[in-house]
Amino acid sequence: MKRTVEQLRVLLGAEPKKPAPEDISPRAKEIHAAKKLKKRDFDAMEAQVAAHRRKKKWKKRRWATLIIVNLLFVLSYQVDVQLVEGSLSGSRFLGFHLIDLNSALQLMLAHKRIIVNLLIGTATVGLVYFLVGGRTFCSWVCPYHLLAEWAEKLHLHLAAKKLVKDHPLHRGLRVVLWATFGVLAYATGYTVYETISPTGIVSRALIYGPGLAMLWVLALLAFEVLYTRRAWCRYLCPVGLTYGVVGTFSPVKITYDLTKCFHEQDCRKVCLVPHVLDHVVKGRATAERVDVGPDCTRCGLCVDTCPSGALTFKVTGLTRNTK
Amino acid sequence: MSDAPAAGPAPAPVKPAANDPRAQEARRRFLKAAAVGAGVVGVALSGAIPVLRGTTVRLRPPGALDEHDFLAACIKCGQCIQVCPVNALKPADLFDGFGVGVPYIEPRTQACDFACDVGQCILACPTGALVYHRPEDDPPRPGTEVPSPPVLLAKRSDPEPTLNFTQRMGLATLARPEACLSVQGRGVKGSARGEHFRGKHRYVEVDRWTPQPVREHEYELERCDLCVRECPIESAISIEDRPGPGGATVKMPVVHEACVGCGTCEMVCPAEPAAIVVEARAPWKDGAS
Repeated sequence: MKRTVEQLRVLLGAEPKKPAPEDISPRAKEIHAAKKLKKRDFDAMEAQVAAHRRKKKWKKRRWATLIIVNLLFVLSYQVDVQLVEGSLSGSRFLGFHLIDLNSALQLMLAHKRIIVNLLIGTATVGLVYFLVGGRTFCSWVCPYHLLAEWAEKLHLHLAAKKLVKDHPLHRGLRVVLWATFGVLAYATGYTVYETISPTGIVSRALIYGPGLAMLWVLALLAFEVLYTRRAWCRYLCPVGLTYGVVGTFSPVKITYDLTKCFHEQDCRKVCLVPHVLDHVVKGRATAERVDVGPDCTRCGLCVDTCPSGALTFKVTGLTRNTK
Repeated sequence: MSDAPAAGPAPAPVKPAANDPRAQEARRRFLKAAAVGAGVVGVALSGAIPVLRGTTVRLRPPGALDEHDFLAACIKCGQCIQVCPVNALKPADLFDGFGVGVPYIEPRTQACDFACDVGQCILACPTGALVYHRPEDDPPRPGTEVPSPPVLLAKRSDPEPTLNFTQRMGLATLARPEACLSVQGRGVKGSARGEHFRGKHRYVEVDRWTPQPVREHEYELERCDLCVRECPIESAISIEDRPGPGGATVKMPVVHEACVGCGTCEMVCPAEPAAIVVEARAPWKDGAS
């Protein structure tokens, strides 16, 4: 429970705290102590890390899922397949209402009137993302995420050549924006956030054809390439926070095995939200197994990257978690 | 806020945080975040400009709530756009501000001719932004209700010939009577809008169910009456004798209270630009037209 509270604190923008010695379980302390490596072991570990070829298993699955989901929306309209009619903010899947949680929130605050179909669609999507992991929406469905991944690649390429530099922002910003847009929706009676939502704009652009609103999305991507790495998804997007909260107690999580970890921190270099992996820093894990917190988008990049198999997907109730 | 060194002997031990690189980095992150956050909120709020100035008055789909409520209640998903058989609805773009992604109709390009028979867009709307019947505590503005449910000519012989709503989208107006072919006593030969026009219309006598391209429908008329002929609603418009310039009597299209503002007359009007146009969201005023 203490860990969940700490993870929620991090979700809301606080920096991860170094755990106090009394919060670290005896078993974890034992493992930490046993990890004082001799030079020979250290060299062997370094060699394994160097030799490890980053897998692309989860990235491929995820990109395929994201593209197929968005393609289903496009084909449903353009070729009249009628499988998922609508766009990401609201649709019918084989007739079942689906409503994006953050759009629904904006709408309810602005319009102050909730009809049954809206409620059904919101509840359905809420349940689905509770089950599959909350911010799973971000990395497995949101089309802006894919564009941002490409922009990130470019950013890292340019950063390696010292042409650009990452300028991190304070992560509390996202909560402030979430609250600001909530208050604005309620006070003005307009869904102010939807005006700039890259999720909505890109989804509609794919389905109904791009418009000038895509210029805003391009500006965001340019900002991410030139100034702040993954600015939108990491520090700004209120949609991510909404889904993050929904997935707090989700059964689908990335889980961390302290015994297997080399602490070389390659996972944190590829992670969209490295603050959720604070416990991979040597001496910080509070238990032998730690489930990664709710800000995690379950993208699987860390799983693909980990040279020692310390990070894996886990479905509570399905995956055996005995050790 | 770096404190300037106080004048005087032996500078007192300054606050350790001030020069701590980590504290400085934290402060930088905070300031950058404040600037970026203000920028994002600013861009979002700029969406108020077109809405408050009201420069473009959009014709909304049938059953739309009043404009402010409509923008709030619409979730910008486009399900209404997808079900329209004539593709009359389009999502608004950047310059509609808060209205981005909200559906509208450009009747001159493609009117809503109720080829769907029922208002499919209303059925598709998941949030109650398009409704058959306004909520009790949110009645239509005065003059935006038609006196009785509009009878759809295409299903006049059906057991239920009406459209199940009474709120008009707008009101047709003969904005340029001098350009009206009927007023001029002129006829129509060939298609209404020329061979490049891409709009569709349901010509019931050609096909009860499938809308046809307007450009393929040819006329041979002594006197133009397309606005009356193609109007999908019963008793919404007729051609009447009216005194014209110089005392002569002219045949003029006259809009009646049954008009729902679908824009079909504006779409098929052969004059360029159209002599008859729909005023979006305009109420009926007694004695108008």
